[in-house]
Amino acid sequence: MAGKDSVLARKRMAIPFLAWAFIFIVVPIALVVYYSLCIEVDGVMVFSLANYARAFEPIYLKVLWRSVRLALASTAACIIVGYPVAYIMASKEYAQKNLLLFLFLVPMWMNFLLRTYSWLTILENNGLINTFLAFIGLPKMSLLYNSQAVILGMVYNFLPFMILPIHTSLSKMDKSLIEAAEDLGADSRQVFLRLVLPLSMPGVISGITMVFLPAVTTFIISDLLGGAQFMLIGNLIEQQFLKVSNWNFGAAVSVILMILIIASVGIFSIVDKDSDEGALF
Amino acid sequence: MDHLIDLCGVEKVYGQTTVLNRINLFIRKNEFLTLLGPSGCGKTTTLRIIGGFEYPTRGDIIFGGKSILKLPPHKRKVNTVFQKYALFPNMNVAENIAFGLKIKKVPGSEISWKVAAMLKLVNLDGYGKRSVSMLSGGQQQRVAIARALVNEPEVLLLDEPLGALDLKLRKEMQIELKNMQKELGITFIYVTHDQEEALTMSDTIAVMNNGELQQIGTPEDIYNEPKNRFVANFIGESNILDGVMDRDYCVSFAGKHFACVDKGFGTGEAVDVVIRPEDVALVQPSDDGLIGVVKDVTFKGVHYEMLIEGGGLTWKVQSTVMSPEGSSVGMAIAPDLIHVMRRTSTQRRKAVAGERKLDLGIGVYSAICAE
Repeated sequence: MAGKDSVLARKRMAIPFLAWAFIFIVVPIALVVYYSLCIEVDGVMVFSLANYARAFEPIYLKVLWRSVRLALASTAACIIVGYPVAYIMASKEYAQKNLLLFLFLVPMWMNFLLRTYSWLTILENNGLINTFLAFIGLPKMSLLYNSQAVILGMVYNFLPFMILPIHTSLSKMDKSLIEAAEDLGADSRQVFLRLVLPLSMPGVISGITMVFLPAVTTFIISDLLGGAQFMLIGNLIEQQFLKVSNWNFGAAVSVILMILIIASVGIFSIVDKDSDEGALF
Repeated sequence: MDHLIDLCGVEKVYGQTTVLNRINLFIRKNEFLTLLGPSGCGKTTTLRIIGGFEYPTRGDIIFGGKSILKLPPHKRKVNTVFQKYALFPNMNVAENIAFGLKIKKVPGSEISWKVAAMLKLVNLDGYGKRSVSMLSGGQQQRVAIARALVNEPEVLLLDEPLGALDLKLRKEMQIELKNMQKELGITFIYVTHDQEEALTMSDTIAVMNNGELQQIGTPEDIYNEPKNRFVANFIGESNILDGVMDRDYCVSFAGKHFACVDKGFGTGEAVDVVIRPEDVALVQPSDDGLIGVVKDVTFKGVHYEMLIEGGGLTWKVQSTVMSPEGSSVGMAIAPDLIHVMRRTSTQRRKAVAGERKLDLGIGVYSAICAE
């Protein structure tokens, strides 16, 4: 039975990958969950839910809520900015679309930290914008260390992740569908609202997932552009592990964040269930 | 004036390539007109120009006495059935059909009974809630037709709508489409490369090649009186021979003189002679008639197809009576079945270049296409 043999062979070929997934994905997650469920008493790990109880204290809930709010705001901004760009690039009439795509991708070749750091020199009190304002005689503005600066940093860094999946789903769309809609009497606005937008939703949902996830977990952007006082959940986790060395509490916050992410991806995939075209994953 | 649509000197040029060359064509009300030709002949471009999806480089399109040249597709009173149906994947069957009505803001109750009536018309009763991706090719094609017809267009444009269907379904749909067209009284402009389909369905056929109209006429005209070598080759099978006009009503080819019904050619003028394979009668060999030797016999169901060598040429002959391979037969052709055509300039040049062979159907057709 050749069929059975090949199935067995395929199963055997999967073993290294399963081992990889086990060692580098399942084990670390299990360890994180283990740490989150323990507290250290006199150097001994003791089971406790105290870390979770602490994570739900108002001060930390506030941090969590701020992270979600900023991530949602930057995701929305990415859709508003990214969709038109993707739409222009997908239209066949636009000859410079490859150049445009290239320009949006170029910053991604640069180090993430550098990219974010460069905004400091633009926004800071003696930065580019304020120097210019002073030069034309206007008062300086405080541009850094607020939520707008953090959102700006997120949009700048994650915009390509919104544009690319939308562009993919738009350019994969059968152009004869648009002609058919025009043929049936739809003007360009109706074609867009009734056909193009619904058909590009898988791309938009991929984009939302790909922007929301890094935005909600980021700590570098909020650290650099939000200042030390502007704490997001990513900063909280970083602080617990690297500065306070309270791995147990950090692990608990990580688990909560993980559950939040899984839940949001789950919601997106339910919304996305009917239309499985155009999505990146 | 009974012209519904007039194409006046329509030209389409892409860069250096002329896709359509001065097309003049009119379409009458309630007519079933077929644009027929090999792929790349410009038939789909012509249809897209009528639909408004392409803008001609030159020329004008008159619809009901008014130019519609500057009218965008959504304002034209035509609807299209696309080659790959182009059904909207985000809508079910009923929503697809209702699309045009919803755009026109037709009241909901009217939409639902019109959609139901359309589903009945195309034999898809009860399929309204289905997803279009779950339908077979034939069913998708019916939805595409229903989606166009529900808008009660004056003209329906069909771009090879049966191309993706299997032979049996295609034949059924040909008859259904023809019946629908008669019942609804809608003008159909139909694009196909299938000459049999064109002959079956059309009131008028416009044969196109290389962006030019070759011949316009009824299916009978096109089949029986092809205007040139291309049309004769493309429509049905034919033996196309080099001949010389002796005088009116007399033509010589294959080394013999034949009586014919054509006149008005110059004496000694080189002509193309078309003889359909079914028009060669196999008779007892006689000294003054054409004699040939059967080289190959193929059974085709309704008839036998034989390749016969005679008069220095190879003939394709169809007959219900089989002559065995190697046997000697006489070939007779009735005067009214000999069709004499004037040569076009390119063919004249070829003949001068010494091309003296009998063209068998598809061989020359592909040679012309490759040019």
